Amino acid sequence: MERIKYSELRSTPKLWGLLAILGAFIGAAALTVLYIEHHGHIVTGMNNQIVWGVPHVFAIFLIVAASGSLNVSSIGSVFGKQDYKPVARLSSLLAMALLMGGLAVLVLDLGRLDRLIIAMTTYNFKSIFAWNVLLYTGFLGIVAIYLYAQMARGVHSFALKTAGMVAFLWRLALTTGTGSIFGWLVARNGYDAAIMAPLFIAMSFSFGLAVFMLTMIGTCTLTNRRYAVELRTRQARLLGLFVAVVLYFTLVQHVSNLYVVEHQAFERFILLRGGIYTWLFWLGQVFIGGIVPLILLFHPRLDVKKGLVILAAALVVIGGLIQLYVIIIGGQAFPLEIFPGYEVSSSFSDGIINKYSPTYLEFVLGFGGMALATAITIIGMKILRIMPVNLSDENVDITQV
Amino acid sequence: MSKEKIANLQRRNFLKSGAALASVTLASGVTLMALSQGAAASADPNIRWGLLIDTNKCPSDCDDCVSACSNEHGWENNGLLTDPQWIRKVTLKDKQTGRENSLPIMCQHCEKPPCVDVCPTGASFKRADGIVLVDRHICIGCRYCMMACPFKARSFVHEKVEGQKSYSPRGKGTVEGCNMCVHKLDAGDGTTACVQACSASGNGAMIFGDLNDENSEISQALANYPSVELRDDLRLNLGVRYSNI
Repeated sequence: MERIKYSELRSTPKLWGLLAILGAFIGAAALTVLYIEHHGHIVTGMNNQIVWGVPHVFAIFLIVAASGSLNVSSIGSVFGKQDYKPVARLSSLLAMALLMGGLAVLVLDLGRLDRLIIAMTTYNFKSIFAWNVLLYTGFLGIVAIYLYAQMARGVHSFALKTAGMVAFLWRLALTTGTGSIFGWLVARNGYDAAIMAPLFIAMSFSFGLAVFMLTMIGTCTLTNRRYAVELRTRQARLLGLFVAVVLYFTLVQHVSNLYVVEHQAFERFILLRGGIYTWLFWLGQVFIGGIVPLILLFHPRLDVKKGLVILAAALVVIGGLIQLYVIIIGGQAFPLEIFPGYEVSSSFSDGIINKYSPTYLEFVLGFGGMALATAITIIGMKILRIMPVNLSDENVDITQV
Repeated sequence: MSKEKIANLQRRNFLKSGAALASVTLASGVTLMALSQGAAASADPNIRWGLLIDTNKCPSDCDDCVSACSNEHGWENNGLLTDPQWIRKVTLKDKQTGRENSLPIMCQHCEKPPCVDVCPTGASFKRADGIVLVDRHICIGCRYCMMACPFKARSFVHEKVEGQKSYSPRGKGTVEGCNMCVHKLDAGDGTTACVQACSASGNGAMIFGDLNDENSEISQALANYPSVELRDDLRLNLGVRYSNI
């Protein structure tokens, strides 16, 4: 068994080509931001009823996945699983990169982007949004220290474990904060549920590990490195477990709502009569993002081969985006119930399902955030010794697992 | 009024006009700052402004309050989903009895406003006299207040604004809503554009006044007739009350 070695990514035409493609996405998103900034949000599909749209779906996906991707590090240094340690550096780097990508989308969608400095200097501490600003920036700082501790020589194992523990607790707080953005919205039937916080934590475990595995497999393929099959298989099975946990919390979320009479109409909307939202929920979130990955990862006749892992992880990502679409847009599409027991109508869409047709600009912005996160990860791997060189089955210590 | 009081008022008016004059020569942002600070400074903590709307007196075919607000503040609803609506008429039909009635909804000026709680920068704020406002200078356009408002009382400005009123600044990329005609109140008018229009129409469905003053017309009406607040399950203690829903 060799000691695990790490190296920077080499400059290859493939790598630069990939960065150029990502640069094109980022550039397109930058132009989109300028366009929206100039014309106003009238050029997007968002309106006065659906005030948060596709950019928020991407942004929150990336932020949730960011905290989840740090789990690989946490499993190694906090929970002492030795076989996860060789990939812990990538986990930390990816967590920071995903958060930066998500935050970029979130802030670039602001109505007054030029006032970003106000958001960072003027706080209303009763706002969970303001807490999140601090949680996000704190996360970047703490994970940076954690990554340094992982990479530097001579760092005492206690210091590393402490940094890991702080980062782990911080990421739990961060995802609780993100879930509570919705959970604390008492006015809307689609939100207003304490389960949003643990649901988002479960989602982060699942989405984060899926993104981590795709990044790991992609990088190893691109740079001819090895991703120990045993480790990959273990992580894939863990991903399956997380997918099941998300399904469980989703079940509890909807069953609890069904029990409360005032939320039943909303549940009928999402589960039965919501048109696109019902389709997205059952076909996208539950089937494509939940059941199919579970079958791919746990079916006894299917070996957890690389292709299947890639497919399962990709479906978890797609299902995750769909789940957030259902939560964020579906929650706003259902009308506010200001007058229980009355049929209502007005010029401001009272009493009707709110319409939303996202424009391509919103997707360009969202994909730009994903491209930014990927580019930051690649650049990080290019300049730092993040990726293991010799991550073979023989070199992964699974004896302590 | 004593001579001393008159002198004070004249001096205050002079200072106000001086500020206005100074603001003309400065950038537009500074102009707005001067106005907003002036408004906040004049809020009286002993007052809580409120509205009582009698839906029996509010005909479904009348939207004079909406037009008056639109004219007063310069917003326009052309039927687009992105158009702002600071006040809107809502038609209600009782599912059990079929009875229909109509009423206006605007910012309910909650005592404990969710929009103020969630606003990350504190741009959503409540004045000492209970009026809930948006400080356009620090609103970053995140729209979290719109997500949190139980009454859809806020609108986001989706495009460039033209024809702004100097006393009611608006701006692309920020959130806005009913401000209880704070400029009129601060000028001592003691009423709002919607209430004036409702009176002028002869319907008299809206009463405006100080909820803290037990002798005010609104307090008397609230004391003598049943009224409700919307979403009373949320316990927000609204500044706007309705009777005969």
